[in-house]
Amino acid sequence: MSGEWPLWEIFIRSQHGLAHKHVGSLHAADAQMAVTNARDVYTRRNEGVSIWAVRSVDIHASSPADRAALFEPSNDKVYRHPTFFPMPDEVKHI
Amino acid sequence: MGRNDGSVSKDRASQPASRAQVDGASAIPHPSPAILNYVLHLADNGLVLAQRLGEWVGKGPVLEEDIASTNVGLDLLGQARLWLAYAGDIDGRGEDELAYFRESADYRNLLLVEQPNGNYADTIARQYLFDQWHVLLLAELTASGDARIAAIAAKALTEVRYHVERSSGWLIRLGDGTELSHARMQAAIDASWMYTGEMFAVDAAERCLVDAGIAADAAALHAPWIAAVQSVFAEATLAVPADTWSQGNGGRGGKQGVHTEHLSRMLAEMQVLPRTYPDARW
Repeated sequence: MSGEWPLWEIFIRSQHGLAHKHVGSLHAADAQMAVTNARDVYTRRNEGVSIWAVRSVDIHASSPADRAALFEPSNDKVYRHPTFFPMPDEVKHI
Repeated sequence: MGRNDGSVSKDRASQPASRAQVDGASAIPHPSPAILNYVLHLADNGLVLAQRLGEWVGKGPVLEEDIASTNVGLDLLGQARLWLAYAGDIDGRGEDELAYFRESADYRNLLLVEQPNGNYADTIARQYLFDQWHVLLLAELTASGDARIAAIAAKALTEVRYHVERSSGWLIRLGDGTELSHARMQAAIDASWMYTGEMFAVDAAERCLVDAGIAADAAALHAPWIAAVQSVFAEATLAVPADTWSQGNGGRGGKQGVHTEHLSRMLAEMQVLPRTYPDARW
């Protein structure tokens, strides 16, 4: 039976986090079951505040072979970094 | 955990000193045995059903469902421990002694929860019919005159709200599913129905507790229960069985210690280890 259910990726935001983190995947027949199963499988020991479930087929990932081309280091491109402005103290955490 | 022979384990250290062994010399006024039986009834429902759900571990139809149903079992076991601790405070025995050293005639659970697991439809039918009653009962018990009952009920209620959502969801999926799942689900409902009458039977001792504001009136739960069941069954395209004969009525039910043959077999398995090695510690 589990071979027929689609695979879902689960992202959970915990009480102490600001962003949803990928915690794993599971099989479920539909979206509601995916959220319920995620609650049972992935929040056993740590409370979650919010669960996102996405069908795995809807996630498009970059290919590792393209890593060099896609993610060239930008540290040596000073013209990309806005570091030449003096920041007033009031807006330090922008 | 270990037997309550006077040795103190971590979670007993915080118990008040009045919870001593009953030896005749203690001057603790004992509440009526009716309260003890009522709390044991609540505890045994959770304990027996948790044991049944534990039998699915590693055998669930899919991995996620295996984890989910045993999670429900763990919730119920946690609630049972709270109830057993209260029962132990009333009559002096420890949680372990109450769980492992009572015979089936001293167990006070509903007949419904001791029924064997069967196939998954049987398990879901048993679970949903129980959860729907359980959530209504706990909601009433949060207003109990007994503070400890109200506190335990409040804590359990949040868990059981999720249980009933889960089991009704599965009932609907299986009922309104394929022809095979529908047939099995209907058969499971039909087989479990005769155990549901007992959930609303109130004997004389329990009636006193209801009048004292301590117990919830189980008879009054029938109307909201059947309304909810009818609505869920309608969505699941299942037929509500006719109310003909109910097992456990007439004061000879699980709450009075008259059980089906399934309970003693289950208890034999559950209790064999502590009974074989009574001095074991773990």
